[in-house]
Amino acid sequence: MSKRIGDVILDVRNISLSFGGVKALSDISFNVREHEIRAIIGPNGAGKSSMLNCINGVYTPQQGQITFRGQTFSHMDSHQVAVMGVARTFQNLALFKGMSVLDNIMTGRNLRMKSNLLMQAIRLGPAEREEIEHRKRVEEIIDFLEIQPYRKTPVGQLPYGLQKRVDLGRALALEPQVLLLDEPMAGMNVEEKQDMCRFILDVNDEFGTTVVLIEHDMGVVMDISDRVVVLDYGKKIGDGSPDEVRNNPEVITAYLGAGH
Amino acid sequence: MAFFLETLLGGLMAGMLYSLVALGFVLIYKASGVFNFAQGAMVLFAALAMARFAEWLPLLTGLTQPLVVNLIAFVLAGGVMFFVAWLIERLVLRRLVNQEGTTLLMATLGIAYFLEGLGQSIFGNDIYKIDIGMPKDPVMALESVFQGGLLINQEDLIAALIAALLVALLSLFFQKTATGRALRAVADDHQAAQSIGIPLNRIWVIVWCVAGVVALVAGMIWGSKLGVQFSLATIALRALPVVILGGLTSVPGAIIGGLIIGVGEKLSEVFLGPYVGGGIEIWFAYVLALLFLLVRPQGLFGEKIIDRV
Amino acid sequence: MFYRENGQFKTSYREDQQIFPIAQDRVFIALLLIVAFVGVPLLTSDYMFRAILIPFVIMAMAALGVNVLVGYCGQISLGSGAFMAVGAYGAYNFFARVPDMPLIPALLLGGLCATAFGVLFGLPSLRVRGLYLAVATLAAQFFADWMFLRVKWFTLDTPSGSVSVSNLQVFGMALDTDVNKYLFCVSLLAVLALLAKNLVRGAIGREWMAIRDMDVAAAVIGIRPMYAKLSAFAVSSFIIGVAGGLWAFIYLGSWEPGAFSVDLSFKLLFMVIIGGMGSVMGGFLGAAFIVTLPIFLNQFLPLIAGLAGFEISTTVVSHAELMIFGALIVWFLIVEPHGLAKLWSIGKQKMRVWPFPY
Repeated sequence: MSKRIGDVILDVRNISLSFGGVKALSDISFNVREHEIRAIIGPNGAGKSSMLNCINGVYTPQQGQITFRGQTFSHMDSHQVAVMGVARTFQNLALFKGMSVLDNIMTGRNLRMKSNLLMQAIRLGPAEREEIEHRKRVEEIIDFLEIQPYRKTPVGQLPYGLQKRVDLGRALALEPQVLLLDEPMAGMNVEEKQDMCRFILDVNDEFGTTVVLIEHDMGVVMDISDRVVVLDYGKKIGDGSPDEVRNNPEVITAYLGAGH
Repeated sequence: MAFFLETLLGGLMAGMLYSLVALGFVLIYKASGVFNFAQGAMVLFAALAMARFAEWLPLLTGLTQPLVVNLIAFVLAGGVMFFVAWLIERLVLRRLVNQEGTTLLMATLGIAYFLEGLGQSIFGNDIYKIDIGMPKDPVMALESVFQGGLLINQEDLIAALIAALLVALLSLFFQKTATGRALRAVADDHQAAQSIGIPLNRIWVIVWCVAGVVALVAGMIWGSKLGVQFSLATIALRALPVVILGGLTSVPGAIIGGLIIGVGEKLSEVFLGPYVGGGIEIWFAYVLALLFLLVRPQGLFGEKIIDRV
Repeated sequence: MFYRENGQFKTSYREDQQIFPIAQDRVFIALLLIVAFVGVPLLTSDYMFRAILIPFVIMAMAALGVNVLVGYCGQISLGSGAFMAVGAYGAYNFFARVPDMPLIPALLLGGLCATAFGVLFGLPSLRVRGLYLAVATLAAQFFADWMFLRVKWFTLDTPSGSVSVSNLQVFGMALDTDVNKYLFCVSLLAVLALLAKNLVRGAIGREWMAIRDMDVAAAVIGIRPMYAKLSAFAVSSFIIGVAGGLWAFIYLGSWEPGAFSVDLSFKLLFMVIIGGMGSVMGGFLGAAFIVTLPIFLNQFLPLIAGLAGFEISTTVVSHAELMIFGALIVWFLIVEPHGLAKLWSIGKQKMRVWPFPY
């Protein structure tokens, strides 16, 4: 299966982020090519989620710039980022607990819904047609993620593994060009991880979606990613193919401690 | 000029009275992260208790000396407030431990209604007097500086002094004692405090008891000034902007906020009121609080509100 | 076994997305509408209309509005009384100042005035939430209190400060009998409830609920919090404003600013809490409960006391009312935060599996 990995689509340059006195990210630079699966790894507290948050506009870095498809920003606006085609899942599942699976994933379609308030209030006619059209797309995602029996269940009642799929589904509903996944396999058993890997690879394969993935499971990282960035204490200590990174002495030290 | 100073002083002293009520808010919020909408109802309840006890004591025991009667009534009312605090913790707070702020807020609203009904059922709903011997005549001060002197209300002055004393005591309590430290820990993070062995339930009872005593002092002073009646419960609503200005977690903030609101209300009513038809006092404090919310939600001395992702 | 959805297959998304996809629900609503529009007028006494049904219908409308803001969008509001007041005085000014202004447009314009007011005082929701937002809405309440008390223009400069309307008619039908008044209110309620239900199950409703459940995540998937929150304030205030107009014109007839005090705001919030936040049905249940409770207590308590051998005065009953309200709020928040509506759906669930326990 040969994949056509394209040009750089996302370029992160010299990002530094501090909270009060704590420096979460120091001068991080790396890029992401179109259609690739890029993993970000590192010990806990290395700043991986903070990095994704910067790309997403949740945090504003004090220094640095992010270039997406040729447009450069020193700070991203969450809404703008979503409009530009970047979607994400969360480490701690930021699902809308009070709504059903179907509704949660439908919220991902809101960006593309055009009916105004009045049309929605009347519902018959254009608003209804739009709902049905987007419902079709959401059902495709539900089929893809194999969560059909749960579509009307409130997500708060689902087991953790299924909630993670709904989180992914909601991100997919945006039809993103870049998918930011924050520890999508955390807390899963082997089978669930296999399913999740399959979904990620399928998304990348069928739709060409670029994937930026934070993950702790080294087996997964080495298997499915094209390139890897390694962070430790907010600094970048490795960048390259999985094999290059695996043999990098600094990376080994960071994970296993000095003296290995 | 003299008139301005009089208005200013009047405002300052009215502000101290607001601070007394605001203190109760700050205490409970500082120690449990709960905003107690029922503080006003507690003020009313405590004042009713004290007023009626002071009335009934002579009838039941034959004691007539005002100082003794008032003292005993105060202590009894304090005991009642302790009991109320214990009940609230036991029946309500314990079962809402992990709920979010809005739920707890609405629960205290429910408690407020309940206490208002209960207080009036037990103690009656006429207007009652609390007579703690406050001098009612105004006094003219600084006659040498200003012609005719400044009109000062002695009752307000003494009330302000009592409030200041209470604040000093409470500040000391929070900063210097072990219990005070524990209270601050609990306010910061319930679970973390629990995990180092701080008995959450006992702490909450203590805090609500202290708030109850503060409510009693406030009720006593306001009651002495205005008479004990149902409108006392709405005092909580008047004091709410104070904690927005001063900061929900700051004891000195409650004082400063109270003074600012007190002065602001009086001055704006006197000097701006005639241009807009009067009655500015109805909304002045709230609109001021609103402006603060837009610019500096944590108030002058409060801790910054952090939203974690 | 009565409430089984067995055999009710949906073969298109359109079918699945109806307001009432389950046949039994459709039957129930049809019956409800028949009772509301035909049965009640035929069978009820004037007293019932005046004391219970008309206030219930109008309060249900107001509770619907409050629910949109508090229940669906999660923005706490203690200023609903002010929105009713703005709706009422707005409608009044259009009605009294513009010659030949018909009733319905006046009410709708009053609603739009409330919308403007609501969006203005809803701006703080972009910065703060929870208690702090409650304070902002209280500011709206007290400001409105003052506006209608002191700015004489709003009350057409009447010396007493109270205003009144009379000779109301709609489409040629005079609103003089209780039945006519009731039918008018109930028709408006049905229309607004339908529109609100459509909004709530559509895209904007999902945005509101997303903001309520987690507004940071909502921003990340492309929902704009500003638009969602302000639209919630706008829609909510409109509905509450129209309800305010109805309350003033139809129920009170003549009123003063004090009719829309902070007490009313608390009452509306209680209706939503007890009835069930985030559910259109909840507003109805809560309004029914709060409107009928005082009347029920007034009849019931003296009866019990009479049996036990002593008399209860009306003040005792009103104190009992306060205590019961307060206790119920606390009870619902502890035991069933989703209110009566949840109890209702639990009941339906039991009906589904009856006679089996689960």
